[in-house]
Order: sequence, then C-alpha cells, then structure tokens
Amino acid sequence: MSILVDKNTKVITQGITGATGLFHAQGAREYGTQMVGGVTPGKGGTNVDGFPVFNTVAEAVEQTGANASVIYVPPPFAADSIMEAIDAGLDLVCCITEGIPVLDMVKVKQYMQGKKTRLIGPNCPGVITPGQCKIGIMPGYIHRPGKVGVVSRSGTLTYEAVWQLTGYGLGQSTCVGIGGDPVNGTSHLDCLKMFEEDPNTEAVIMIGEIGGSAEEEAAYFVKEHMTKPVAGYIAGRTAPPGKRMGHAGAIISGGKGTAAEKVAILESCGISVAATPAEMAQALMKVYRPDSKVSHHYVNAPAAAAAS
Amino acid sequence: MNIHEYQAKAILRKFGVPVPDGHVCYNGASAREWAKRLGEGPWVVKAQIHAGGRGKGGGVKLAKSASEVQLIARDMLGMTLRTHQTGPEGKVVHRVLVENGCNIARELYISLVVDRNSSKVAVMASTEGGMDIEEVAAKTPEKIFTETIDPLVGLTQFQCRKIAFSLGLEGKQVGKAVKMFENLYTTFVACDCAMLEVNPLVVTAEGELLALDAKFGFDDNALFRHLQIGDMRDFDEEDPNEIEASQHDLSYISLTGNIGCLVNGAGLAMATMDIIKHYGGDPANFLDVGGGATIERVTEAFKIILSDRNVEGILVNIFGGIMKCDVIATGVIQAARQVALKVPLVVRLEGTNVEKGKELLAQSGLDIVAADGMADAAQKIVMAVSAKGGRA
Repeated sequence: MSILVDKNTKVITQGITGATGLFHAQGAREYGTQMVGGVTPGKGGTNVDGFPVFNTVAEAVEQTGANASVIYVPPPFAADSIMEAIDAGLDLVCCITEGIPVLDMVKVKQYMQGKKTRLIGPNCPGVITPGQCKIGIMPGYIHRPGKVGVVSRSGTLTYEAVWQLTGYGLGQSTCVGIGGDPVNGTSHLDCLKMFEEDPNTEAVIMIGEIGGSAEEEAAYFVKEHMTKPVAGYIAGRTAPPGKRMGHAGAIISGGKGTAAEKVAILESCGISVAATPAEMAQALMKVYRPDSKVSHHYVNAPAAAAAS
Repeated sequence: MNIHEYQAKAILRKFGVPVPDGHVCYNGASAREWAKRLGEGPWVVKAQIHAGGRGKGGGVKLAKSASEVQLIARDMLGMTLRTHQTGPEGKVVHRVLVENGCNIARELYISLVVDRNSSKVAVMASTEGGMDIEEVAAKTPEKIFTETIDPLVGLTQFQCRKIAFSLGLEGKQVGKAVKMFENLYTTFVACDCAMLEVNPLVVTAEGELLALDAKFGFDDNALFRHLQIGDMRDFDEEDPNEIEASQHDLSYISLTGNIGCLVNGAGLAMATMDIIKHYGGDPANFLDVGGGATIERVTEAFKIILSDRNVEGILVNIFGGIMKCDVIATGVIQAARQVALKVPLVVRLEGTNVEKGKELLAQSGLDIVAADGMADAAQKIVMAVSAKGGRA
C-alpha cells in the first residue's frame, strides 16, 4: 500500500514529443513505472522511443487503459491540458509545468468540482512510491521503499528530506510534491488525510513555506485527527515581507504567513518542527521510533548519515 | 510586476472605471501646462514611485494655482522620497502625476485578490478608506466585507449591490457602484491581475464615485499574453541586479547580508538562507538557478552575486536531481576563474554525478571548500567570512 500511485498505476505523458516530456517519460520507464504512451495533438499515430502517441487524452486512455497522466505542456496551454485529462476521467493528474497563469488555475479548480480526478501541482516535482511508481522529475535513486510519507511544496527541499531519511535507513511510503503555486490541486491537508488512512505509512514529514495558511490548516488536522507522528519544516524564516521568493505562493503579505507564525502553530499542534533544513529526519526521529524490521531494509548509506 | 499610479489610472479609465483627470509630467514647465489644460484647479501633484505612504513623506501636495503646480513639481522631481514601504534608502522621484482635485465626502476601500483559500477571486471592501487594509483587518475586522467570485459566472450584480449597501452607499450611488465594481472585475480578469486595489475609493460632495488612487499587481506568469502591460515596466524602480537576473531566467532577490547564495530550487534556496542565519551569518540574496541550469547560467549567477559589494563569501548549495553535479561544478570553476574570485567559496553538492562534481572541484586548483550536508556548508561559510573579518 501507499497513497496515490503504486505498481498498478498506468501513466500517459501529455507533451511527450517535447524534449522535457520525453526525457522524463524515459526516466520513469527506467525506474519501472508503467509508462504506457503519450499525447501530442497532431502527432497521433506516431511512436516516440517505443511510446505510442495519441492526439487526445481520451483516445490514449481508451487505447492504453491509463489511469494517470503527467503534464509537461508549456504554461500557455497547460491549464487546457489539465482539463482535458480531467474530462477523460483519469484518477490522477500530475502537472509539472511551472509558470501557469493563476487565473487559468482558478478556472481549472472550478472545472474540477464534482469530478473524480485528483490533481497534483502544478509547478511540482510529481509523486513517487519508491520501488513501484515514479511520476515526475525527482531523482529516483535517492528514495527507498519504506513507511514514511513526505509532502512538500518544494522539489529540491523534498529531495533533501528524502536523502536524510534514506541516510538514517528510513524508507518512504509515498513522496508528494504539491507545488509552489498559490492555487493548486492538492493541499498538505489532503495528503495528510491520505497518509493517515494508508496502512503502510507510519509517520509523515510535512515541508512548508511562508505564505498562505495551508500548513496551519494541515497542522490543526494533525492535532484533531492524526494518530501517526508528524515532523515538519517551514522554509523562509529569513524572507523579507512583500517579496516573492521564487514560488508565486511564497510571499508574506501584511505580516500574514510568516515562518514564525507557522512554526508556532505547527508546534502547538504536536508537530516536531526541525530548527534547520538539515534536521528534518532528526526531527521525525524525535517522535517516531520505527520498528527494527524497517531499519534493516536500509542499504547503501549515503553521506548524509555520516555528516550529521 | 508593479506599475505607477498614472499607468494604473489609464488602464482603469480604459475599462470605464471613473478616475480624476490627470497627466504624467517629467518637469515643472509641463506640469504647469498640463494643470491649465486639465481645468480650473485646485490640482494635486503626486510623486510616482512604486511604494505606498507617499502622502506622509511629502509626495502628495495640493496646489491652488498653475504656477504653484510648477513649483511643487520642480521640487518633487529628483527628490528622494522615504516612506514606510521604500526602506531607509528611499526612492528618487522621476515623474509626477498632475491631476484635478475633488471634494471628498467619504473615503472607502475596495480591492480584488486571488484568494488562495477558496482558489477564487475575492472582492474586499471596507468603509475605512485611506488606511492600510492590513491595519483595518487587525483592528476592526468587522468593517471588512468579502465576496467570493465564481470564475465561470463572474461578479454578479447582486454581489455588487451587497458590497455597495455594506459600504453605506445610497440612492443613485448604488447603481454607479455596481457598474464600477463590475468594471473593476473585468479589468482584473482582462489584465491577469494578482491584485487590484482602489484606496481610497471616494464619494465626492457631488455624489460621484472616483478611484482616487489605484494599485495593480500583475501575475508575472501571465505577462506573456499582455505585452502592452510589460511595456509599462519602469526599470528605475527595480534593483538592477534583479533585472539582470530575470534576463537570464534566474530568480534573484537582493537582501542586506554578506553571504551570497547560489541554490537550485526555490524551497531549498529559502532553506539555505535560513540555515545561514541559524549559524550566525546573514544571507546577501535569494538565488534559484532553476532545475535546468547550464554552465552559462551558473556563470551569470556568480557574476550577479558578486556585483553586490556587500558579498564577503559565497555558498553554493545544489541538490542535483535532474541537474547534474558535474555540470554545476564546471560552471562554478569557470565562473570563479572568469571573475577572479577573491572571497571564500563553500560548495555543497549532492545528487546525480556527485563524485564527478567533487573531483572536478578538487582538481581545479581553486580555493574551494567542499562541504557535506547543509549544516556543514552553512557553518563553513559563516566561519570563513568571520575569519576574514566579515560581519558574521
């Protein structure tokens, strides 16, 4: 078990004939993901490196039996691609594309109402269930199968957390990058709910950023409903107010959404908050004692363990 | 991206939102000419900088005659205006807006923003015009009225009326307000705004509604479909390093510290600044080289960091997933040679091809300190900078 994706997930790539789309489709296939084809309007009927290409998502789903898609379409067209995937009835859509206009996403969110599709992203690294299914741009080899769930707005900071966990011999159940945009498909809270229900997840690391109040909402859920230990980290303690720090969502407006405020609320909800980004796995180990069986799965110790 | 008040008002005028008549001027003589053309007076002369709080800093003045307009404009142009939003260094005034004054009966507030909680555009209105909305929200939240807009339907008339009545408008003002609010929403959508604020929205003694000041924040992601808005960008109002960085697709924000940072990924970049601070240092910048950085981009990033005179040391922190560590290492070496690096440099590499990357750095003959993990890297750069007598 895991959340969102597993060995049975069949994935199509929207924008497969672009350099980025093809590169990551190949990477995911090498990892062992069932990458069953791709979509590029106007190139249907062709084949690119063994992937059959279709004109529409609906056609691709019909022909391949795909239940998930990953989107590498350029920003001006990405929102439309998301809606096409929703319309085709996919269970899961991961939109990697960075730079989608926020009002396009406002429309997409409204379009999704009442439909079954779960959207991850946009502007995210994707989702991985180690050893089973990798959808997106994360480096597969840093992960190990295990029982810690990871959810984060940031790509490289997720890798950092995963690397630390792997260094301590703690594998991951599923790692979800929800993306750095202010309007996105899946929130920290959504992921925590799924991790709580997943029998294979024993603990969770939640990585947040300044801006908005999504981390706070997730924290209240932890306090009220979660039985599993949660550790956290909030990036942006040194960020000046009013400046957008790379991610469109990472902006402190009017003194709201500061790191200090978020850390205080997370801690008051019983989350073990790492003081620095180098201590995310350690923060988890303060509240989570994995049983010895899990630790033995650990092979090939990375330098992180030695350094800390 | 931000624009000036006079540009904001030109956009609003185009979309049928009533604003006072006015014109932008670059010298005293033209300010005098424009005042005469605009009407009988009195006039208001307003400094055009990208910051709020201009009134208190002497950037908004009333003139009773055209020659007074000229004198005020002449004094204002070239002055350094300091407000609570400019920082202590202030901003130099390069343009002024001359516009007709009006008889203010009431000052109200209205704004539109993308509300992340509902994932929709929200209208916020308040009877407390002329104040910072954050202050109103903190002290008297009951004076703020909010309506959320269904993106597929748009702002409805009943919602506009609700806002108008909550603002205490009556009689003919209600109809005028409904039209104004509808047009504001049309503007917001048509220009792909992230934020549009009219503060104050005034009711004049004659019962007219006017947007007396307006502020736009545009969604940078949508500028590709609004070239005419991009043309309004005033480079004088932006940090030259930030402009340079944006031309190389680097996300850079200059800060006040002395340790330059070069990182891949926005989250990791913020986290790197945090850990530098944690170990007693002070970051000089936020810099995300992005996922697909090339050797050229890394070199440009180095140059931008070093053009900040406060920088006394550099920390490179790369978690290479897609980005390969040997590419980064090559870029770092090339850049360090090109710029004849004199400040301490600590490099932390992790991820794809890390061994190859470390080897390249070690063989380069350059004075580069290698680090294992973020904590080690931050400690090493803070120590190196303080050893050189820096402020750490």
